[in-house]
Amino acid sequence: MTSRQLRLGIGAVGALAAVAAPWLAPSFVTQLAFLWLMVVFALTWDIMGGHAGYNSFGNVLFFGIGAYTCAIVQRDLGMGYLGGFAGGIALAGLAAALVALLLGPSVLALRGHYFAIATLGLSVAAADIAAGWRYIGAASGMTTPQYPGAIEDRGRFFYFLLATLAGLTLLTLRRLYAGRFGLALGAIRDDEEKAEAMGLSTTRYKIIAWCIAAFFLGLAGAVAGNLVGYIDPREFAFAGPTYGVWMVLMAILGGRGTLWGPVLGAGVFHLTQELFWTYLLGWQRVAMGLFILAVVVYLPQGLVGGLERILPRRLGAASAVGHDTSPREAGQ
Amino acid sequence: MDGLTLLLHAPVLNLQLLVDGVLVGAIFALVAYGMALLWGVMNLINVAQGDFVIIGGYVAFFAVSGGVPPLLAVPCSAAVVALVGWILYRIVIRRVVVGELFTSILATYGIGIVLQQLANQLFGSDVRTVESGLGSVSLLDGMLTVARIKVLAFLGTGLLGAALVWFMRRSRLGQAIRATAQNARAARVLGVDTDCVYAATFAINGAICGAAGALVAMTWIVQPYAGLSYTVRSFMVVVAAGLGNLAGIVAVGGGLGIAENYAGFLLGTEYQSAFVFSLLVVVLVLRNQLLLRQRQYLK
Repeated sequence: MTSRQLRLGIGAVGALAAVAAPWLAPSFVTQLAFLWLMVVFALTWDIMGGHAGYNSFGNVLFFGIGAYTCAIVQRDLGMGYLGGFAGGIALAGLAAALVALLLGPSVLALRGHYFAIATLGLSVAAADIAAGWRYIGAASGMTTPQYPGAIEDRGRFFYFLLATLAGLTLLTLRRLYAGRFGLALGAIRDDEEKAEAMGLSTTRYKIIAWCIAAFFLGLAGAVAGNLVGYIDPREFAFAGPTYGVWMVLMAILGGRGTLWGPVLGAGVFHLTQELFWTYLLGWQRVAMGLFILAVVVYLPQGLVGGLERILPRRLGAASAVGHDTSPREAGQ
Repeated sequence: MDGLTLLLHAPVLNLQLLVDGVLVGAIFALVAYGMALLWGVMNLINVAQGDFVIIGGYVAFFAVSGGVPPLLAVPCSAAVVALVGWILYRIVIRRVVVGELFTSILATYGIGIVLQQLANQLFGSDVRTVESGLGSVSLLDGMLTVARIKVLAFLGTGLLGAALVWFMRRSRLGQAIRATAQNARAARVLGVDTDCVYAATFAINGAICGAAGALVAMTWIVQPYAGLSYTVRSFMVVVAAGLGNLAGIVAVGGGLGIAENYAGFLLGTEYQSAFVFSLLVVVLVLRNQLLLRQRQYLK
């Protein structure tokens, strides 16, 4: 069996398992839907964080914009449930990408830790503004319309929406990383000045990459907002201390700068998080913080990076995108 | 815009906002000094800086509830938070300080989450404040009211800042810290135990945050989740003033206090925090633009 056939086989089994999951584990449908959301989070963060070396703490901004845009469309345009939802999802993706396009030129000009802290500021400011703005419900948030069908259908509906979105994100990124775009991002991460001197329009690539991340996060926000049914400005839409950090953590846990690392990281992280929430009543958030520290201190290269060290020949070729640069240089 | 007309009709209100702003800004400057110290010496951005402040505030709160006089609570919480900082350095920070910059940012963010969640779990999410029992004074025929504790905090901050400057310039440890900041490798070659220096720096920063936290608890409030805004304020002050520029840090800290007071008054207090975080982004972007312009000028 060639490695191509092997990979196709694994892909087919994975896809089949994803389709069958809501019937295999009907009581966990919502948790599984959230797993796909986490996959989208980790994948979109890794576009800038892992591949281009721009570590953002504020990508949750686009998620929140998506959630609010969709809810506003559903509330004000009145096109029935499915029509309003579809329109809301589309507009949510566009609105988030538009915000990334507008913020990009000034914010993406910042480097290293300045970029990280500025994006952190952006997401917190967005949460504070949303919590004070009356048009979108201020601190009491917004409720999204009820799904019209039966409760079991509702679970499966959102499960498949988010699973499709995660699959779409994965396929899009796979395509993009394989071509010129992926190389350009890698060049920006390794040495931005040199890349620019070689004639690469780094600003354009950075903005496009951020817009792609924002677009998918906007879509995810729209769907997740309807899944949860209630959009809280601080706890859900612009939840920097939870979703915002989880994105970063899942990508690091899996392995930054790889395609499958974030997916793997999202799976492991989501499982850990659900276990914490189930068994550590009240102390789950403390445990989460300790978990973050453990990952950052002991597993900075991620699971894929760790596996590569153990099995260099088996996995080395599959994810060639570098861990070879000295991290300090890449981070500066 | 009722606030604006009010300000125009009663100019003395401006004076009130200015004075309050400067007095609060002194505390921001103190916390920012600690952040600049870590940044300069260890090349570390401590995202948990504000949470150290909050822990200091809680120590002061429980000390005063336990019968310690408010002014003695300040050195108490400085000592406790210094110890916390030293322990955290030994367990976590020393492992990330040599790695990638982003790793240390994420690690201190993790510490921040652990601290605020522990505070929430152990002390509850209620807003706490320490009664200093000093009252306030009225100036200019009662048009200007200033809480005595704010003036005292201002003076204490100045004293502490002066002591720190003296310590860094004159003491043996201070010289070792400065040597490590200039060139850690050369310092190690010349016999400085840099690991020890880093631990001491982290503990000193803890003491600064602890003292500031006690003052915050007396002049304002402490709450488990209020930490991040202090981190952002101090980061902003350091970025705007530059590392190792003490006068700049004091000036920017005061300016920030004033700007925040005005924003709170004009936009309403619910937007005050949004103002701080938006200002951060604006300051960073503007700084970058100015630097770019200088770079073009040099060409």
